[in-house]
Amino acid sequence: METLNNLFLIIAEAIRSLFADPHSVWANLTMNVINFIIVVIIVVLAALILILLERKVAGWTSQRPGPNRLGPRGWFQTIADALKLMGKEDVTPAGADKFIFKVAPMIIFCLPMMTLAVIPYGRNMAPINLDLGIFYFVGISSISTLCFLMAGWGSNNKYSLLGGMRAVAQMISYEIPLLFSLLGVVMITQSFNLGVIVEAQSTVPFIILQPLAFVIFFIAGLAELNRAPFDLVEADQEVVAGPFTEYTGLRWGLFFLGEYGNMTAMSALAATVFLGGWQGPAFLPGYVWFFMKVGVMIFMMMWVRWTFPRIRIDHLMHLAWKFLLPLAILNILLTGLGIYIYRFVMGG
Amino acid sequence: MSIEKTEELILNMGPQHPSMHGLFRMVVHLEGETITHIDPKLGYLHRGMEKLAESRTYSQFIPYTDRLDYLASPHNNWAYVQTVEKLMGVEIPERAEYLRIIFGELARIASHQVCIASTALDMAGWSAWSYAFRDRERICDMYEMTAGSRLTVNIMRIGGMIAEPPEEFWPALRSFLDDTPEMLEEYYGIFFGNEIAMGRLKNVGILTKEMAENLSITGPVLRASGVDYDVRKAEPYSIYDRFDFNVPVRTGCDSYDRTIIRLDEIVESIKIIKQALRDIPDGPIMAKVPKVIKPPVGEVYHRVENPKGELGFYIVSDGTTKPSRLRIRPATFINLQMLSIVAKGWKIQDVVAIFATLDAVLGEVDK
Repeated sequence: METLNNLFLIIAEAIRSLFADPHSVWANLTMNVINFIIVVIIVVLAALILILLERKVAGWTSQRPGPNRLGPRGWFQTIADALKLMGKEDVTPAGADKFIFKVAPMIIFCLPMMTLAVIPYGRNMAPINLDLGIFYFVGISSISTLCFLMAGWGSNNKYSLLGGMRAVAQMISYEIPLLFSLLGVVMITQSFNLGVIVEAQSTVPFIILQPLAFVIFFIAGLAELNRAPFDLVEADQEVVAGPFTEYTGLRWGLFFLGEYGNMTAMSALAATVFLGGWQGPAFLPGYVWFFMKVGVMIFMMMWVRWTFPRIRIDHLMHLAWKFLLPLAILNILLTGLGIYIYRFVMGG
Repeated sequence: MSIEKTEELILNMGPQHPSMHGLFRMVVHLEGETITHIDPKLGYLHRGMEKLAESRTYSQFIPYTDRLDYLASPHNNWAYVQTVEKLMGVEIPERAEYLRIIFGELARIASHQVCIASTALDMAGWSAWSYAFRDRERICDMYEMTAGSRLTVNIMRIGGMIAEPPEEFWPALRSFLDDTPEMLEEYYGIFFGNEIAMGRLKNVGILTKEMAENLSITGPVLRASGVDYDVRKAEPYSIYDRFDFNVPVRTGCDSYDRTIIRLDEIVESIKIIKQALRDIPDGPIMAKVPKVIKPPVGEVYHRVENPKGELGFYIVSDGTTKPSRLRIRPATFINLQMLSIVAKGWKIQDVVAIFATLDAVLGEVDK
C-alpha cells in the first residue's frame, strides 16, 4: 500500500538516480520536463474525457441517451470529434488583427497547464511546490480574461466584441469574491502553500470549517470559468459564440481544451483547498482520492450547467458586488473571530 | 485622459442566428449592450401563400395552411375549412366537430409546449427544453396514428375530418391527459419556479393593457396583459359554447406572465378535451359535400383562436372552383409589432427573451 501510495515518488527517485549527481542542474531540468509533460497529458486527457462526460451528463439531465454511436456506449465520440476538428479549414477573417487573433487561443491553452503545475496530486506530489501557490493560481487563471478580450477584439466581429467585453466585466468582478473566499483558509493555515493547506486538513476538511467560503468559491468559480449559469461570454442565444465566433478548426479546439483544462484546474483547487486534496481513508492511494474529489466538483459544475437557465447580466453584477463580496468579507471576519477565540481558549 | 465619445453599434441579428426562431432578422442599434432602436426585417420565409391560393382549388389549399403556423397545423386547417364551410353553408356532423375540438386543443397544448421549450432554450434552460419536447412527442404520435404525419398534419377537410382516429388513439389520449398535471409540475419545477428564470423574465418587456389593445395584440400575449379576450368565448365558433372552461388572464404584463399563462392554458385545454371525450357521439365524420367544391359568389371572414392568437381567413369567391382572393390574418405577425416598441431600453439578452415569449412562428409571420 505504501508503495502504491508513493508510486510516482519512487519512479521520480529512480529517474533522478540515473544521474551521477541526483540533485544536479541537469537532473532538476529533466524532472521539470517530465513533470511538464505529465501536466500536459493531464490537461489533454481531462479535456478528452470531460467533453464526453459533459455530453453524457447533458443527456442524463435532459432524459436522452447522449452520444451512443461510436465505440462502446459512445466512448470514442470525442476522439472522432477531435479528428474532425483537425481536418477543418483554418480561417482567419480578412479584417482580423491577425497576431492577436492567432495568439489568443495559444495563451488560453497554456493557462491550465501553468495552474495545474502547483496542485499537490498526492503527498509531496506537487510538480512545483510553490510557497505562494494560491496567489499564483488565482493570478494565472485571471489571465484568461485577457485571452477572451484578445479573441473578442482581434476577430473584428461585433458578436465577438460584445462577448469579449462581457468577459472582462464578469471575470474581473468575480475574481474578488473568489480570492476573498480563499482567504479564510489562508488565515487558518497561515500559508499560501497548497501542500501545507492539504496537510492541515488531515483531521477535518475545510468545507466543514468554511462552508460559506466553499459556496462563494463555487459560485465565483463558475463565473470565473464562464460556465452556465454564468456563460454570458459565449451565450449562443445572444452573442452566437462570443469571442469564439470567428474561430474554426484547431484554434477553436484550443479554446475548448483551454475551457475544460481551466475547469479541471478550478475543480482541482476546490478539491485541494476545501475537500482535503489527497487526504482520505488509507485503502486507496492519495492521488486516487484527489482525482475522485476533482471528479465530484466537475460533475457538480456540469449538473448546474444543464439545469439552470442563464442569469441576467445586471443580476450577474449585483450577485458579485452586492451579495458575494459582502458575504466573503463577513466570512473573513467570522474566521478571524473564530481564530481569536480558539487561541484564547487554547491559551495560545 | 479625456473621455472618449462612444459610438453606436449596429448589430445585425438574423436571419441566421441561434435564437431567431426560423428566419427572423432584426437590426439592433446598441449603446453598449442597451438597445436604442430595433428594426425588424421580415419576409425571409415568404412563399406567397395568398397568391398561391388563387391558383389552387379550395381543397388543394388545405395542405398549404399547414405550413402557416406549423406548430399548430390543425388550427390552421380548422380556420380555413370553417371559412369555406361558412361560405358554402355546410353543416358538419357532430362527431367531426368533437374530433376537431380534440385535435385543436391537442395542437394548442403542443404549441404551448414548444413555446415554453423555446423560451427556456433562449435562456439556456436546456433540460426544460427537452422535457417539453419529450412530452410533445406524445401528441405528435397521436397525430401520426390518425393522419400519418407528425408536424404538418393536414387532418381536416371541407365538411369534416380526414379519418377516424384508430383504436389505439383513445388510450394514448387518456394516458396523456392523466400525465399532464405531472408534466406541468415538472416544467414549473425546472424552469418557471427557478430564481434565475424569474429574474430573467419578471418585469422585463412590459406591455401595458393600453399598448396591447392599441397594437391589436391577440392570444396569450394579450391575456397576459390583463385583457380578458378569447375568440372561443367572445365569438364562439364550432361547438365551443358547449364546453365549460375558463380563459386564463394574468395582469403581470411582463415576459414571465406571457410565458407562464401558457401553462394555465394547457390546464384549460385538458379540461376541454376531457369534456369532449365524455360527450363525443358516434356517427359519420364527413358531411355530404359535393366532389367539386364551388362556393357561391360572395365573401366571408372567419376567425379562430389559434394558440398564438387570432387567426382569420378572408375569402372572396367568384363562384368558380378557385378563390378569387384569399387573405390571411396571421396572429404572430401582428403580435410582432410590439417587439420594437417594448424592447427599447432593454439589453440584448432581454430582447431574446421578449422575442421568445411572443412565440413567433415565421411560417405564419411571412406567410
